Amino acid sequence: MKRPRVDTEANHRLVTRRAAILGGVQLAFVGALGARMQFLQVDQADQFRLLAEENRINIRLIPPSRGEIFDRNGVPLARNVPSYRIVIVREDAGEVEDVVQNLSKLVSLDPDEVERAMAEMKRSAPFLPITFAEEVSWEDLSRVSVNAPALPGVTPEVGLSRVYPLGSDYAHVLGYVGPVSDYDLERIEDPDQLLRIPRFQIGKVGVEAKIEETLRGKAGARRVEVNAAGRVMRELDRQNGIPGSDMQLTIDAKLQSYVQARLNGESASAIVMDVQSGDLLAIASAPTFDPNLFVRGISSRDYKALTENKYRPLASKSVQGTYPPGSTFKMITAMAALEDGLIGPDETVYCPGHMEVAGRRFHCWKSAGHGWVDLETSLKRSCDVYYYDLAVKVGIEKITAMANRFGLGERHDIPMSAVAKGLTPTKDWKRRVHDQSWVVGDTVNASIGQGFLLASPLQLAVMTARLASGKAVKPRLIKTIDGIEQPSDAGTDMGMNENNLRKMRRAMYAVVNDRRGTAYGSRIIEDAMRMAGKTGTTQVRNISAAERRAGVIRNEDLPWERRDHALFVNFAPYDNPTIAVAVVVEHGGGGAKVAAPIARDITLQALYEGEPPLEAYPTKDRGRIETQQQMLRGMQPVANIAGSDQA
Amino acid sequence: MSYLEYTVKHVPTGPRKILFLNWPLALLLAAVAGVGFLMLYSVAGGSFSPWAEPQMKRFAMGFVLMLIVAMVPIWFWRNMAGVAFAGTLLLLLGVELFGSVGKGAQRWIDLGFMRLQPSELAKVTLVMILAAYYDWLPSHKKSRPFWVLIPVVLILLPVAMVLRQPDLGTSILLLAAGGGMMFVAGVHWAYFAAVIGAGVGLITAVFQFRGTEWQLLKDYQYRRIDTFLDPASDPLGAGYHITQSKIALGSGGWTGRGFMQGTQSRLNFLPEKHTDFIFTTLAEEFGFIGAFSLLVLYALIILFCVASALANKDRFSSLLTLGIALNFFLFFAVNMSMVMGLAPVVGVPLPLVSYGGSAMLVLMLAFGLAQSAHVHRPRHGH
Repeated sequence: MKRPRVDTEANHRLVTRRAAILGGVQLAFVGALGARMQFLQVDQADQFRLLAEENRINIRLIPPSRGEIFDRNGVPLARNVPSYRIVIVREDAGEVEDVVQNLSKLVSLDPDEVERAMAEMKRSAPFLPITFAEEVSWEDLSRVSVNAPALPGVTPEVGLSRVYPLGSDYAHVLGYVGPVSDYDLERIEDPDQLLRIPRFQIGKVGVEAKIEETLRGKAGARRVEVNAAGRVMRELDRQNGIPGSDMQLTIDAKLQSYVQARLNGESASAIVMDVQSGDLLAIASAPTFDPNLFVRGISSRDYKALTENKYRPLASKSVQGTYPPGSTFKMITAMAALEDGLIGPDETVYCPGHMEVAGRRFHCWKSAGHGWVDLETSLKRSCDVYYYDLAVKVGIEKITAMANRFGLGERHDIPMSAVAKGLTPTKDWKRRVHDQSWVVGDTVNASIGQGFLLASPLQLAVMTARLASGKAVKPRLIKTIDGIEQPSDAGTDMGMNENNLRKMRRAMYAVVNDRRGTAYGSRIIEDAMRMAGKTGTTQVRNISAAERRAGVIRNEDLPWERRDHALFVNFAPYDNPTIAVAVVVEHGGGGAKVAAPIARDITLQALYEGEPPLEAYPTKDRGRIETQQQMLRGMQPVANIAGSDQA
Repeated sequence: MSYLEYTVKHVPTGPRKILFLNWPLALLLAAVAGVGFLMLYSVAGGSFSPWAEPQMKRFAMGFVLMLIVAMVPIWFWRNMAGVAFAGTLLLLLGVELFGSVGKGAQRWIDLGFMRLQPSELAKVTLVMILAAYYDWLPSHKKSRPFWVLIPVVLILLPVAMVLRQPDLGTSILLLAAGGGMMFVAGVHWAYFAAVIGAGVGLITAVFQFRGTEWQLLKDYQYRRIDTFLDPASDPLGAGYHITQSKIALGSGGWTGRGFMQGTQSRLNFLPEKHTDFIFTTLAEEFGFIGAFSLLVLYALIILFCVASALANKDRFSSLLTLGIALNFFLFFAVNMSMVMGLAPVVGVPLPLVSYGGSAMLVLMLAFGLAQSAHVHRPRHGH
């Protein structure tokens, strides 16, 4: 057995002395605690008992008002309007079930809503007000107020609710707000106390979600005394919250509404961008939906209709949709070759309608061939073989590098949901993802924007803006926050040979304005407004040899899902570019036939800052355009709202 | 006869040991726990579930654990001190790596049958290692700088790890308990004076330079300190609890509203009414008399521990018992100060009364050690 070690006498005395000191300190503290107890419980007992009996102190959070959103000219796009709701505080109501019973006799309550509210009440702190009915009418509200004595804990509250006056025109840009869900709370680390307020609205998608912190503001609080029945006796103090910041988008509401109306009926998207500042003037995607439905909580039937629609109205096609850029990519291939000095001044290529590369035959869209073509002719008539030839000479690295310099394959930094990165393939990428080595045929496909290449309409617009300005302009969506102008990145010079850029622009001009250009039908005849652009028609299927032999099937004869995508990019005016436009019509057919007319209408609308005069159109189109303008006029809500209520 | 001439023969052996327990201490612990059952029964609205019944089971388990620990000779525990401390550090590391997140802080490891809070365990093992250290260290060396540095490192290791969880309350308790141990062991008072002086100096500097260009902390850190010192500036959080807690206490008066008659604490004004704020229920229902009685019970527990420690000639036993008493004191002193609005709200439960398994078992384990020290103390032969 081990012996315990025994202390020396001196040390034991020291420990005893120290222990006595520490014990004394502890005893003194216990004495202090006792004294405090006596002070609270004996000396001040009456005062506290009074407080306890008659009054209770409650904390009520004051939600800040959410920042409002306006267009570049101050047209309101997202506002807060007062809405009345009925709330119940559990600790004041006592028997909640009975109170709800009484309440339902006065106001029609939705049973689902009541069930949800009861569940929410069990989860929440007893002093938090739980919403039982929203969007209550004035009559119902006054009935509740009159019968207040029979309804302990029930209070009518006025709150702010989000409204999107222009509704569906901004569904994809702004997104929408909705009540905080458990899922939201789980995702956020250390959530703001505000988010615990039942039914508090936060941004779910789009700008509303991306700029949530700025728009939300900070909660205020008031301390109130309530009597035993739960009625507020007086407010003790109040800390006002900080309202969320108002902001202005770069969007032009008038133009946006026009574009949205013009795309109506198609599964399409369009972007209008300022080529100098990068301001996004319109971001449209069709079909669209009413975001106001989501704010109140969409019914499952409506939601199902939206998700099952084959045109995918919920998708924001202009920034998150990616498509093979098709012939609109030819400018990139050509720029890569030009910058590399591979195209001589009068160099021509013979197009017999196809080209053999590495034992495979690649076809031009025109099987009869274009004959001898130079750069301008090849772009104007969209000859594929010319670009096959360039691609083999330039190689994929330089093409991809050029594409990246024009903003393809780059996730542009704008505060919208799911902004797409697109795809600019490289040899490494193919090995990594497909575990195959790159073959020259892949390069040939890429040269005309097919194969692996993918780009969003936003990226195509940025590409066109950079072609027009020669600067690496970056898109901007937020114009001001709290009235403070946000920085715009007009971009530094891309360092391209100005002669090469001028050649490209001239070729694009020929596409629209030359009699043999593919988009000649969509030209503008007002000289100061002439546009330069490029059509694109991209296959979503492989054309089999059998089909080719049997003759090309017309797009109209195919089921919708298998038709070609129609694309068009342009900038205007040609002499002094101010805007760039990209239009993609999903499964629309030919770019020249379907996308270019839309782009022309949008371009004119943007340049004239309103409805263009018919004189800008070629004579033979004027009758059709006039009818179209009349029809579209009725579909744009902005004309009424902009005039009536400017904030 | 000198006390050096004791013999181990006089230390009781076998089942007889149970007769030599510090029975008054054991009874005091049971009495405090009894108060806890009563209060948990009351806050549940007169029901044994969900709190009173599990708490009784745990106390029974804890009591048995205390007896078992008490039967094992104290020198065994002294030899285990290093292992126990190292084990605790490993567990703290485990929480850091695999711990569950409870209330935003990583604190416990799920053992399957119970959740273990290594930071609770650290309170006991830190006291053990320090007691063993000063037992081993020759008395004349204990104030030399190197031999002072070692216990400082031993204290700061668990403090730093608990702080990272983050659990400010427990790390302050650990720091105070460790410092107290060094003080009791007899480290020269000049060290304590230096540390306190430096602390006061630093705090003064932090506040003096606020707003000047030599500002030591970021603005938001200052705001946090403000809220910590003055809970009323944060009416949504700490301030609300303190106001409600004071109303509950004050409305108790001399004799209280009577068992199960409390309104304030029952009306869910306080979110942690069965844990950190359970004292408010006692104070409201049994008034000053009830609350003061609990304080007296606590003081008696400290007194019996200190008396046992001072009567013990074995240095390890003596220091260990004093350390355990100090820990226990810090526990209830911090909780009561917080509830009575004397200290900022930090999550420290009321020992043996608040609902909670980990804390209860660790406390009973600690008192088991104190009992073992009492049973196996050196005695003089006759």
